[in-house]
Amino acid sequence: MTNPIPPGTRDILPDEMRELRALQSALSEVFERHGYGEVRTPTIEYGEVLARGDERGAPAAYRFFDESGELLAMRADMTVPIARLVAGRFADEEPPFRFSYVGAAYRAIRPQRGQMREFLQAGVELVGADAPEGTAEVMEVLSAALDAVGLTRAVIGLGDADLYRQLLDELGVAGDRRQAVLDRLATHDLVGLEAEVGSLGLGDAERETLLRLPGLRGGAEVLTQARELGGGAVERATARLAATFEALGARGVADRVRLDLGLLRDLGYYTGAIVEVYDPAIGHVLGGGGRYDELMGRFGRPLPAAGFALYLERVHIAQAEEERLAREKA
Amino acid sequence: MRASVSGGVAAREGGALKLALPRGALFEGSLDVLDRVGIDTAQARGDSRALVFDAGELRLVTMRPSDVPTYVEAGAADVGITGKDVLLEQHDRAVYELLDLGFGACRMVLAGRRGDESLAEGERRLGAMRIATKYPRMTERHFAGSGRQPEVIEVKGSVELAPLVGLADGIVDLVDTGRTLAENDLEVVEEIAPCTARLVANRVAHKLRSAEIDDLVGRIREATRR
Repeated sequence: MTNPIPPGTRDILPDEMRELRALQSALSEVFERHGYGEVRTPTIEYGEVLARGDERGAPAAYRFFDESGELLAMRADMTVPIARLVAGRFADEEPPFRFSYVGAAYRAIRPQRGQMREFLQAGVELVGADAPEGTAEVMEVLSAALDAVGLTRAVIGLGDADLYRQLLDELGVAGDRRQAVLDRLATHDLVGLEAEVGSLGLGDAERETLLRLPGLRGGAEVLTQARELGGGAVERATARLAATFEALGARGVADRVRLDLGLLRDLGYYTGAIVEVYDPAIGHVLGGGGRYDELMGRFGRPLPAAGFALYLERVHIAQAEEERLAREKA
Repeated sequence: MRASVSGGVAAREGGALKLALPRGALFEGSLDVLDRVGIDTAQARGDSRALVFDAGELRLVTMRPSDVPTYVEAGAADVGITGKDVLLEQHDRAVYELLDLGFGACRMVLAGRRGDESLAEGERRLGAMRIATKYPRMTERHFAGSGRQPEVIEVKGSVELAPLVGLADGIVDLVDTGRTLAENDLEVVEEIAPCTARLVANRVAHKLRSAEIDDLVGRIREATRR
């Protein structure tokens, strides 16, 4: 007789659990050391609360009614619940607020290695600290967390979520056309992007800017290359990135950061800086984050904010792969 | 020399970029493109049963076209070549679609029996048209996007058979010259999407090996410019 569990969920047995637990404590220790106290919020929230966090409402995949007919949803990340927590529980206190978490979140993705529908996230939120210093602080914690779990080769990609929105506004691309361009970028469809941009009726220089920007990634030279493409939106985004990059340099973590003007994350609440984490040992993104300066306002306490989350299971896989590579080399 | 397969799927550090190469209809065209950018494809062209070939700056990994997004998404291959039809069917695979390679041009179409009204009639009288296809997810999405309800029947072999013997009212399939359709007395009812070979890349490789990938893309773009 088989007693199934839902697709995308799994049981964890002691050998794996010991390693996951060690991973969690290494991360929690880093978070605490940087002043980020751990919080825990409910796994389920009111559907309306989670939908407020992400306007497109897509990530909350599991929804159901409670005994009094209220719509509940399983959280799709920890950022939205913590925004709710800060706005409600710390309404009268002076920012900044620093919190960390380790907990499960839920998304209806196609399950595969290191990517389940129920997955563990570990991360921090810094609420009430502006760019660029707030962003740099969070990225410093991220860098320390990667070192603490042995991923010393891991790289942090840094991009800007507002770049294309503002650029398209500046070029007068609105409505469905604007959304179509953003969708192509978010789904990494550069062939579709070229077709979409080609149909906008822009001048050669503008088209060139839209097509070349997403390919620019690397060190500080990327900012110079971007500026050469011109335009106010590009100027503002590169200025924001340069300021963050400089603050990262002062904190000694610029070395592992790669600027990436093609970065776009699919969650709807990001503004300004966005980050993604990569390790050469595995082909999946290990985590990400960024600034969400408008999210807190949706919960009645407008404050600038930034944070990141690591996917714990993928970090664990990366750890194992790095160990294996090191063994093979030896 | 025997093609070496050491290193394991996850050994992504350094070494040659791994390119997933589609066996089948796109194989020759893919090799031709690689030839044009100076990659030695002689081994891969041979009749060896090996699956992995060293070709200097690239390691060629051969597989079914529909497996290419799987290998590339997981990072077992850094870049790959596959058809747009495969990408449409597996649209939730998180890979970069970098370049339209231009060759392998086909059309994804809805086809029915010549002069037959059963597609429209199925929709009108029975509320759904029965469509046989090897692309069930793309078919669902396409019909849902145009406000129609298909009853999608997934088949693995010759799709053209389905309407001939009454399994389905029509088919959604990739059409090259249209000869197979004509020989089976089928005709195109609707064009869904043009499909060509595409160059795709793993998300992490696209960031961490950007110089090599950009260089390869640049050379291929130059070589395939029409």
